[in-house]
Amino acid sequence: MEMKFAVTVDDLTVAYKYKPVLWDIDLNIPEGVLMAIVGPNGAGKSTLIKAILDIVRPVAGNISIYGKPYRDQRSLVAYVPQKGSVDWDFPTHAQDVVSMGTYGRLGWIRRPGSREKKAALEALEKVGMLEFRHRQISQLSGGQQQRIFLARALVQQAKVYFMDEPFQGVDATTEKAIIQILKDLRQNGKTVIVVHHDLQTVPAYFDWVTLLNVRKVATGPVDEIFTDENLARTYGNQFKPAVLS
Amino acid sequence: MSNAQVEIQLIAVVVAAACAIPGVFLVLRKMAMISDAISHAILPGIVAGFFLTQDLSSPWLVLMATLTGMLTVVLVEVTHKTGLVKEDAAIGLVFPAMFSIGVILIARYAGSIHLDTDVVLSGEIAFAPFDRLYAGQTDLGPKSLWVMGGILLISLILLFVFFKELKISTFDPELAATLGFSPVLLHYSLMLLTSVTTVGAFDAVGAILVVALMIVPAGIAYLLTSKLKTMLWLAVGAGALSAVAGYWLARRLDGSIPGSMAVVLGFLFLLTWLFSSRHGMIPGIFRLKRQKKEYALLTFLLHVKNHSAPGQDPAERDVAHLYGHFNWTGKTARMVLNLAGKNNLIHMQDQRVSLTTKGETFTEEAVGYIIFNEKAALENTKGRFLLFRG
Repeated sequence: MEMKFAVTVDDLTVAYKYKPVLWDIDLNIPEGVLMAIVGPNGAGKSTLIKAILDIVRPVAGNISIYGKPYRDQRSLVAYVPQKGSVDWDFPTHAQDVVSMGTYGRLGWIRRPGSREKKAALEALEKVGMLEFRHRQISQLSGGQQQRIFLARALVQQAKVYFMDEPFQGVDATTEKAIIQILKDLRQNGKTVIVVHHDLQTVPAYFDWVTLLNVRKVATGPVDEIFTDENLARTYGNQFKPAVLS
Repeated sequence: MSNAQVEIQLIAVVVAAACAIPGVFLVLRKMAMISDAISHAILPGIVAGFFLTQDLSSPWLVLMATLTGMLTVVLVEVTHKTGLVKEDAAIGLVFPAMFSIGVILIARYAGSIHLDTDVVLSGEIAFAPFDRLYAGQTDLGPKSLWVMGGILLISLILLFVFFKELKISTFDPELAATLGFSPVLLHYSLMLLTSVTTVGAFDAVGAILVVALMIVPAGIAYLLTSKLKTMLWLAVGAGALSAVAGYWLARRLDGSIPGSMAVVLGFLFLLTWLFSSRHGMIPGIFRLKRQKKEYALLTFLLHVKNHSAPGQDPAERDVAHLYGHFNWTGKTARMVLNLAGKNNLIHMQDQRVSLTTKGETFTEEAVGYIIFNEKAALENTKGRFLLFRG
């Protein structure tokens, strides 16, 4: 049977000024995988996600989500940006942030109603934050803020989820809770793509991996691709792979 | 009050309310200084418009000056995007250049037109009632009231219709982009609204004070609430209040009306900063005191709990020992014991303290809550104890 791809990236090049950040990337992400994007700092991991989501304009290349350009497929995609990308002193509360995930389906002008409210409450419950729904967002801990972001993505009821370092600055309990939710998503046939930093946990958390360092080094199932040799090619020869031994 | 007095106050209120709305979003987007840039940089547009129309509230002048304001925003962004300077420096480079062109134009032709640097700096709201709008023979009221009223109405409509879009693109522009709400479009719409409002208010309050009317009400409201909608209403209210109070202050001092409005706003901000229950300085001092008290109580309860376990020395729970253990003064110790007793958290026998069942549960949950921030059941207790409010 032919593999169905959730995301296809052809010859993608992104540059800031004249410095390429991503260079000639080809990437096919099969439907239903839980994939890590791994690479050193400055490898272009976040940029890859942002290019796929049309936030960053590429110099060259084609990107499609289920065979069509992103702008036609917005409703299929949810995005969890890095926690640090927003101002948590913004005057709003947890439930309001989660309900922002419903804005895409609503489109311009229409306001969230009781259906959207119900969806937001369900998502808050799923991430264990229901009791904190009225909290001002600056009063939440780092892990709770990350859960709120995750809940906001869940209400989008997308088919493909992109997450930029969801484990950054969260404690072990929250990390476990988040990975459980991600695995549940995969169980339900969703595709989840995560920018990830911790090499140690890659084999336990993910079934698919892309190694990236400006150019794509390798992509595929974790047990085939996540090898010492590939890691050395990604992180440079100085890198002493201690992960898999 | 004479008719003119009422009209001046009405114009002031409308100007202040219209400025407060874009001001809230500028403050939340950390772009407060762009209002400064726009208000100065529209000067050449206003002067050029004035040459053509000889009328400070002509729609053509408003249009030309607004375009100058937008040009400023674009120039700031282009300068910033060169990567050679940061955004604040880009603002600082662009607007003095524009402003000086305006000043030179005024100085060069000052003799022939009715527009001088005083007006530029502080406006002439006191004369606003003299410039009236007529439909045939009917007097429709001051022209600037119509202009600013129109701008305020447009702001309110835009705010009402696009509230959700403005909120999401301000809080999280990247998410807004992925959901199809172009942050660039919303950014320029807000800049356009800021420019139009600034130009409209320029006539009444001048280039410098319009900044105060945009930014200070938003600053006051930000200290008072954690809801965006409330923040907007509070900002509009603070602006309107300063307009009326400023007018009467100016009469009393026989001074400039816009200047007095800014003084009132500054004073309101000071009051808010001192007394607001959320971020205020003085409530903060009281809060700290109460927090100290609650902390002492909890430390005490925890100590008693730890030494109630079998195998622990019960003498640790003797009142006499407790005094020394916590380095408490007699006053603090009595206060803590009283507080715990009054809430049925402890009972005493022969000068020895034990926790009640209630005290036991309370201590356990409270410690769990403070350490893990996760005992959801305590969310409701937050009202009674400051310690749980971060």
